[in-house]
Amino acid sequence: MILPLIIFALCALLAVGGAVALILAREPIHSALALILVMVSLAVVYLLLGAPFVAAVQIIVYAGAVMVLFVFVIMLLNTGAEEHTSFSKIAKFVGVPLGLVLMLWIGHWMFHAQAGSAIGTAEGMVQSSTTELSKMLFQQYLFPFEATSILILIALLGALVMARKEE
Amino acid sequence: MGFITQHPVLVASVVKIAVLLFIVMTALAYVTWAERKIIAHIQSRWGPYFVGAHGLLQPLADGLKFLFKEDITPPVTDRLVYTLAPFLALSLALTAIALIPFGPPNVLIPIVSQQAWSVTDLNIGLLLVFAITSMGVYGVALAGWSSNSKYPLMGGLRSSAQMISYEVSLTMSVVGVVLVAGTLSFNEIIQRQSGAFWHWNIFGIQRGSVPQIIGFLCYFIAAIAETNRVPFDLPEAETELVAGFHTEYSAFKFAMFFMAEYANMITVSCLATILFFGGWLSPFPDSWKWQIFLPGAGLVLLGIYCAYDTLTEMRGIARLQLAVVTVLALGGGLLCLIPAVASVIQGPFWFTTKIALILFFYIWMRGTLPRFRYDQLMSFGWKLLLPVSLANLVVTAFVMMWPWLRHG
Amino acid sequence: MNAIPISWYLVLSAILFGLGVIAFVFKRNVITVFMSIELMLNAVNLAFVAFARAHDQLDGLVFVFFVIVVAAAEAAVGLAIVIMLAQNRQSLSVERVNLLKF
Repeated sequence: MILPLIIFALCALLAVGGAVALILAREPIHSALALILVMVSLAVVYLLLGAPFVAAVQIIVYAGAVMVLFVFVIMLLNTGAEEHTSFSKIAKFVGVPLGLVLMLWIGHWMFHAQAGSAIGTAEGMVQSSTTELSKMLFQQYLFPFEATSILILIALLGALVMARKEE
Repeated sequence: MGFITQHPVLVASVVKIAVLLFIVMTALAYVTWAERKIIAHIQSRWGPYFVGAHGLLQPLADGLKFLFKEDITPPVTDRLVYTLAPFLALSLALTAIALIPFGPPNVLIPIVSQQAWSVTDLNIGLLLVFAITSMGVYGVALAGWSSNSKYPLMGGLRSSAQMISYEVSLTMSVVGVVLVAGTLSFNEIIQRQSGAFWHWNIFGIQRGSVPQIIGFLCYFIAAIAETNRVPFDLPEAETELVAGFHTEYSAFKFAMFFMAEYANMITVSCLATILFFGGWLSPFPDSWKWQIFLPGAGLVLLGIYCAYDTLTEMRGIARLQLAVVTVLALGGGLLCLIPAVASVIQGPFWFTTKIALILFFYIWMRGTLPRFRYDQLMSFGWKLLLPVSLANLVVTAFVMMWPWLRHG
Repeated sequence: MNAIPISWYLVLSAILFGLGVIAFVFKRNVITVFMSIELMLNAVNLAFVAFARAHDQLDGLVFVFFVIVVAAAEAAVGLAIVIMLAQNRQSLSVERVNLLKF
């Protein structure tokens, strides 16, 4: 019983630490590494929540492909540290407190949303099976599935068209 | 003692991980020895023969050299990423080996009664191994970028682009096996191939199974490209890009990249064995009861050969080393001839033999083939390998669906 | 069996979302702003998975799958746009892209 608690505490700390490092980092490559850390720790949290397939998909697609794309683009457009203009200082003084207010407000409602209901705890032993997930994907959610595949095709074509040199 | 019986999973896992790490590191070292010897013999010369008998202590000498060499750090702008890249590469390469079963799951360690031959047994094991290998791109990309120099940057970008391109074909070529087995768990995929060698997924001659020869070919080619080996090793070839993404690394950090490459080779060979060649199953039918004495007989034969070699060896210290190896081989062989031990040791013996054969094939290709040019490499990956593995998937799914097309 | 209440996962999701919003407002590099969007999407994914576990249904996991796929497509197209932006204006600062600002 104590081990899932330790793992959750560790992963929550890593995720929040990674998010804070993303904000505080001066180089974009450090922000990208911090985001990869957040994604991997969230994958472990998904494992704790009994969703191993989603954890694996998160690492393969998100941390292993999307972030590689980000890292490539950062390497190719090597612009170095960011500049801070006057507008960004205004944004810091107004935006950061507002962001904190937003975070606290959502957190408060999340914390009290489950207070009255009977569904409170996460039973770590019962895991979702890949078979049932795929059945649901291909039976109930078939239309979104096919629509998403067309979306990926459109994104692929769009990226190709934009990356092509002007002839 | 009470702690051990109260927390069997934890204690057993820690011990298994330690033993596995030790064995994998030793195997890594001896794969490098085998590579140097085999390529040397292909090229009509001897490999290392001086350091121990037959050069067997060469990996030890190389390891000591890497530890004591001067660690030159070039003027990099980003020390964190420069130091992180080799650690990331090696740790990811070694983590993937934890998910692989080396023997049947019914063999248990006595006191803690946990599985003896696999560190963990997940029912989405295959997907997690691919997740870990897909993160391996970062080691290469970050190493190339943080080295602050032209050749490593080019080598790093090319190598990581190659890895992510062939990763797609790698995963596609394996889905045929997943369709046939109906599960992502390694133990169940192996169980489905039980019987004799014609039940293995590559031949697939059993009811409800499709031969996966094309799948294996696509997987093997994609795996060679994924681990940056010849004929796909342009990004790290010496005549092309100095040494590619690991040019600016020296001593221990270079050794980490080196070990990470061989650990990736071992992981990919383990996967190929499990998915296509029946994992820890033996090729003979189960009814042939004498096959459990094969490991012991093999070791005894090796011991006899080593004894002959001891007597004909000239140098004193090499003779001493060969005498030690002879005693170990004969002792181990006689131990494995005891039926109780022999029935336990079956699984890992066949697994190791198959991995050794696949690694031999890898090394043979390195000694024989020239390398691809980069644009040839990328067009091969996207325009030939990916459509072929997709076609394999479609044909497998088609055959699985039609009852009268299956093998009887 | 663990007894971590679902609300803890949801609070973690809320914290990550708030930090994503702060990063979105605070950072000046286009790519970093993009990464803060990905952070917000991850926080939302965590909320979905937590609720899927709370109600013992798999619909939440299917939706997470779709969110990941859509985020990948968006990242691909968005980064292509960022590359073209960097080529045209030689700067990756958000404030340089202000021709349509009123």
